[in-house]
Amino acid sequence: MSINRRHFLASAAAATGAIMLPRAVMAADTIKLGSVLDVSGIFDAYGKPMDMAMRLAVSQINAAGGLLGKQVEVVGYDTQSDMALYSQYAQQLVREDKVDVVHGGILSASREAIRQTLHKNKTLYFYNVLYEGGVCDRNIFINGVTPAQQAEALVPYAMGKSGKKVYIVAADYNYGQITARWLQKFVADNGGETVGVDFFPLDVSDFGSTIAKIQTAGADLVIAPLVGGAHLSFFRQWAAAGMKDRIALASTTMGVGNEHKVLTAEEGNGIMVAYNYSQELDTPENAAFKEAWVAAGGDAGGMHELAVSNYHGVLTWAEGVRIAGTLERDAVVEALETGVSITGPGGKVTVDPKTHHAVLDVHLMEVENQGMRVVETLPQRQPIDTQAVCDLGANPDDNTQYEIQI
Amino acid sequence: MDLVFVIIVEMLYAVASLVLISAGLAIVFGMMKIINLAHGEFMMMGGYVTITAVTLGANVFVAMLIIAPVVVGLIGLVVERLVIRHLYGRLVDTMLATWGLSLFFIGLATMIFGNTTTGISTPISGFTVGNYQVNGYNFFIILIAIVLLGLMYAVLKGTRLGLIARGAMQLPDMAAALGYSPERIYMATFFCGSALSGLAGAILAPLVGLVPTSGGAYIAKAFITVIAGGPSLITGLMASSGLFGFISQIFTFAVSPVMGEVALLVAAVVLLRLLPQGVTGKFFRGRL
Repeated sequence: MSINRRHFLASAAAATGAIMLPRAVMAADTIKLGSVLDVSGIFDAYGKPMDMAMRLAVSQINAAGGLLGKQVEVVGYDTQSDMALYSQYAQQLVREDKVDVVHGGILSASREAIRQTLHKNKTLYFYNVLYEGGVCDRNIFINGVTPAQQAEALVPYAMGKSGKKVYIVAADYNYGQITARWLQKFVADNGGETVGVDFFPLDVSDFGSTIAKIQTAGADLVIAPLVGGAHLSFFRQWAAAGMKDRIALASTTMGVGNEHKVLTAEEGNGIMVAYNYSQELDTPENAAFKEAWVAAGGDAGGMHELAVSNYHGVLTWAEGVRIAGTLERDAVVEALETGVSITGPGGKVTVDPKTHHAVLDVHLMEVENQGMRVVETLPQRQPIDTQAVCDLGANPDDNTQYEIQI
Repeated sequence: MDLVFVIIVEMLYAVASLVLISAGLAIVFGMMKIINLAHGEFMMMGGYVTITAVTLGANVFVAMLIIAPVVVGLIGLVVERLVIRHLYGRLVDTMLATWGLSLFFIGLATMIFGNTTTGISTPISGFTVGNYQVNGYNFFIILIAIVLLGLMYAVLKGTRLGLIARGAMQLPDMAAALGYSPERIYMATFFCGSALSGLAGAILAPLVGLVPTSGGAYIAKAFITVIAGGPSLITGLMASSGLFGFISQIFTFAVSPVMGEVALLVAAVVLLRLLPQGVTGKFFRGRL
């Protein structure tokens, strides 16, 4: 048989098509979950357990038969605590990997670096981290606590235990700046006075002069929304200066990356916090979670607030997909907007249809011997700060982060 | 009154920490004209050596003051034998080589210790001054800086070894003609410089959370201090550390910590515009 050019092209095209075919079928056989987290670098204390929790949730979903009869495949990227890598990997997840959902982002700066890319490309996005509140975007679901859920409870409790003069030391980027404003509002609402606010770039690790300034201002209470490895030095230097017994200390971030386990008991004891999760929570869900965590090769004391949030996020998304019966973004969003609810290690977490934030339990806690002792539990708190400014039912096209004005 | 005291302590602390982080670089750059871009990584290694030694059960002061300088000094010795000695007198080449070394050490520390924040707590407790609490460790750092400067002065000025070292730096050929091997003197000097960098990293370790890339935070400040100090080793180090520590703390207290850092950099730029040879290029000439 002689082969002419036309014949060759036709058969080659057919052969190529035949090779392509099973790959296309295979691609549709798994569901792709994209993940972008800082698994190394100065934010790895947050990112590593978050990654672990996400993989744990996915393996549990797969072990139970997957979603819609398909296995879930993780496409994860390590952003190395570098904000520039977030936008790069978000593009990659959307354009090359064509994932069905993206979970991830830790710092608010990283969330804002990828949120618009995912919004524009209609890729569903879950941000599973406690943050400053106010994001109003139908493409994103957020299950971390917001200032109204956390600071609104923490500020009066901490002021009640100390006094009315409050000094705020915060990380110098959008999270710290906006959270500091919320704190000032809640301090004023509770009849207190903010005697000073200082912001620190994320690589600052010398707080000696600030500790002197706090004393000059005569503060009764210091609230510290500080972020990352370098800022851990503040708690260490605070204890080293012997301030712990003189001025009360509360934080909106200390402990979400298990910082209280890096600090010694003497350095950490007595710091007041409020979160959705504590390893010491005595619920069957938490016991099962901790057991599964260790069985999956995790460090027994390694899970923390952000890891559990990420775990909740994957479960919530999976529930939405099950109800929708499809992976199509709009259908999943509508399914989630029915008020999907899951019960995880941090208790019951329900999607708030109006804001795409979460209704969840918040615990007031004190650090004690490298653990978090629950003082009081505030069940099923609404994200009222974001609810006040955001209504995705009325404005589905909204795409802003609202900030508090004072 | 108490506040004045606290501010003075914080200022002295800022000056002392600048002296500490710059001393190793000042010796290597000031005496040997080697621009050691791996200086920050030598400090980082000093920190890791301390933390490792403490977790293995060593006394924290022994770890900081003896183990860390010796270990980092020995690492410096190996580096000098393998890399630096082939590059004496080639300024740009040493920059490139030591920059490569800094990347190598960051990679090595990441492999061994992981890219995770570690730390030990401060070994000295705080104490009260009037209405204020002060970090007791500050005084330790101030003390070490004073002792360090005193020792450097005594060795360079008062001992025969110091005299030989200074002579070999100025006229290596003449030193060789008098029977001293410049190569061995350079080797010893680089060992001392590395050991001082290790010491600085060790002493600052309890105040910070350490990661393999920590060195980067120190290198810029150390270089600014050494360059602004000018040709005189000890006088220059004292003058520029004093000036920059004072300025940055004034702005930190008066405005904010961010402005403190900004003021330090602005002061350095203005200073080098007015005195391109550094402080001791114009004042205190001929001092050690």
